[in-house]
Amino acid sequence: MEIIQLLIGGVASGCIYGLVALGFVLIYKASEGVNFAQGDMMMLGAFVALGLVNSEYWALPFIPGILLACFIMGGVGYGIDRFVVRRIFGQPQFALVILTIALGFVLRFVAGAIWGFTPLVLETPFAGQSVRFGGLVLGYEDVITIVVTAVLTLALWAFFSRTKLGLAAQAASQNQMAAYIVGVPVRRINSMIWGLSGIVATVAGVLYAAKGAIDPNIGLLGIKAFAAAVIGGFGSLPGALLGGLLIGVVEPVAARYLPSGFSQMSPYVLMLIVLTTRPGGLFAQIHAKKV
Amino acid sequence: MRVVFKTSYDKDIDLHPDWWDRGKIAALLVLMALLPFLVGEYYLAEATNTLIWALAGMGLMVLVGHSGQVSLGHAAFMAIGAYVDAGLMTAGVPWIIAFPLAGLAAGCFGALVAIPAVRMSGIYLAIATLALFVIVEEMIIILEPLTGGVGGMFAPSIMLFGIDFDRYASLSNFYWLVLVVVSLVTWAYANLLRSPTGRSFLAVRDSEVSARALGINVTRTKAVVFGLSCGVTGLAGALMGHFISFFNYELFSIFISINLLLVVTIGGLGFIQGAFFGAILITAVPQMIAILRDGLNATVGIDLGSVPGLDTLIFAVILVGFIIYEPTGLYGRWLKMRAYVQLFPLARRDMFRRQKTYLKTERMR
Repeated sequence: MEIIQLLIGGVASGCIYGLVALGFVLIYKASEGVNFAQGDMMMLGAFVALGLVNSEYWALPFIPGILLACFIMGGVGYGIDRFVVRRIFGQPQFALVILTIALGFVLRFVAGAIWGFTPLVLETPFAGQSVRFGGLVLGYEDVITIVVTAVLTLALWAFFSRTKLGLAAQAASQNQMAAYIVGVPVRRINSMIWGLSGIVATVAGVLYAAKGAIDPNIGLLGIKAFAAAVIGGFGSLPGALLGGLLIGVVEPVAARYLPSGFSQMSPYVLMLIVLTTRPGGLFAQIHAKKV
Repeated sequence: MRVVFKTSYDKDIDLHPDWWDRGKIAALLVLMALLPFLVGEYYLAEATNTLIWALAGMGLMVLVGHSGQVSLGHAAFMAIGAYVDAGLMTAGVPWIIAFPLAGLAAGCFGALVAIPAVRMSGIYLAIATLALFVIVEEMIIILEPLTGGVGGMFAPSIMLFGIDFDRYASLSNFYWLVLVVVSLVTWAYANLLRSPTGRSFLAVRDSEVSARALGINVTRTKAVVFGLSCGVTGLAGALMGHFISFFNYELFSIFISINLLLVVTIGGLGFIQGAFFGAILITAVPQMIAILRDGLNATVGIDLGSVPGLDTLIFAVILVGFIIYEPTGLYGRWLKMRAYVQLFPLARRDMFRRQKTYLKTERMR
């Protein structure tokens, strides 16, 4: 029983890693760039939601507050691309890596300046409630996390494979020049995808905040989500989710059965093992490198 | 504008085109050597710090600037250098042996890591090094008997031939020691870049496939670069350990890695001078912020000290500004200004136009 309880807790936290990883993958799929600020966008999303919902701030009802937070963060994501990232369009990938690391610091400063550095708790209507299922006791927030993640992943998958915008985004990432020629508005699509990843980050942030206190440094969780995206193979949506789940499960198991210190290391060890055995990740998408 | 008249093919790979250039470097060296007589204790310590950062920056520069691989985990190699050096010296090994061994240990570890890492490219390598950094950090805590764990470790003061090089008791001696190390590494680095090995780094950076077609062993070259880079960074870490004198794992945080990236990008990717420019900037900006803060507090009464994290914000904004407006960094800007003056009035803006590349994915799905 204990091991199943452990696994379900792992799956729930893995879902959050997976959601942040989905944000990475979205941007990677659309612009072949990696947004190192994704963890900080999640942090900011959680704080915006907190600022709208909590009774000492705006005290909006929960669901409309979260939707508004998603909307705002979508705007933030769009704006970051429109006014900052678009300026280095056509520069090497490396430039974007450093730029987004710097942006992450800016976002962290903004959150710290507005909400301070002491941990805060998001007020949720389902705090402290739990569901009994057989002999298991499941936190309500864990169940919601798993369900929301599953729905969001399916929706994103459908977006990329079924809608016109999703296909255009894929085209834009596979060959920018050719996409331009066939009439895809590459830059606008990039901005939209950044907005979308801002929304996904907010959802992840809210789910994270539902489980515990948040402070401006939780963005460092992005590094773990990063490992998740890499394990899955960058550019694969189901892969990112699977990677997140793997990491989420490995961590508590390592904490339970291995000496202390190893559990913090375990996601990265797992990632290095995957990278050395399958350099492209579990759902590899790179087949050959051209000149 | 001076014209260099070349009388032999060897002239093409000379370190300095003429005696004027050589003289400038010599003058700079003399000035740096005389610095302890010119400035006070505080600024001398800052200069030492700058030199150590420049050394670490050169370590990362050879990797990022000259072979095109990104590492986000170089703080790990600094930590290895610092701990090996301090550990050996605590065990009684003299500095003159412990210091190169520290570099060697970091370099060997780097080369070992490089063997799987070089199969990855670009983003993947950056992430793998980030993971490596986290692992090394945790290992330092786990290996408490060797490293002092969370409590930290004391770097013994350096004694060479009966002369004391302690960082506090005789700062000028320590400064000269660092200066000698940095000068030697810079000289070796500049010479490396005109050797076949150094040229193969550039070839690998510009196009791996073309480099392979020209008969360069890409995997070996990348492993060599990684080892060299980590070794030099390890040396810088060892010196930083002596400079801080009492340190624990927190000294080598992720921010050190990011600051190092800052040094190489703001300084100017692909130029040795860039590492020095970047190091000067990174050590000068916190000082300037402090001076500005005191000034504002005294005159206008605005207390910037109450805003937490302002330093990192300013660094971040500087970094964003450089990447957007001057991707070639401070040294690139200097080259442009120099060309403008030397060619006056013939310089044109398009001489330094950035080449834009349209992206094509390596993914097939």
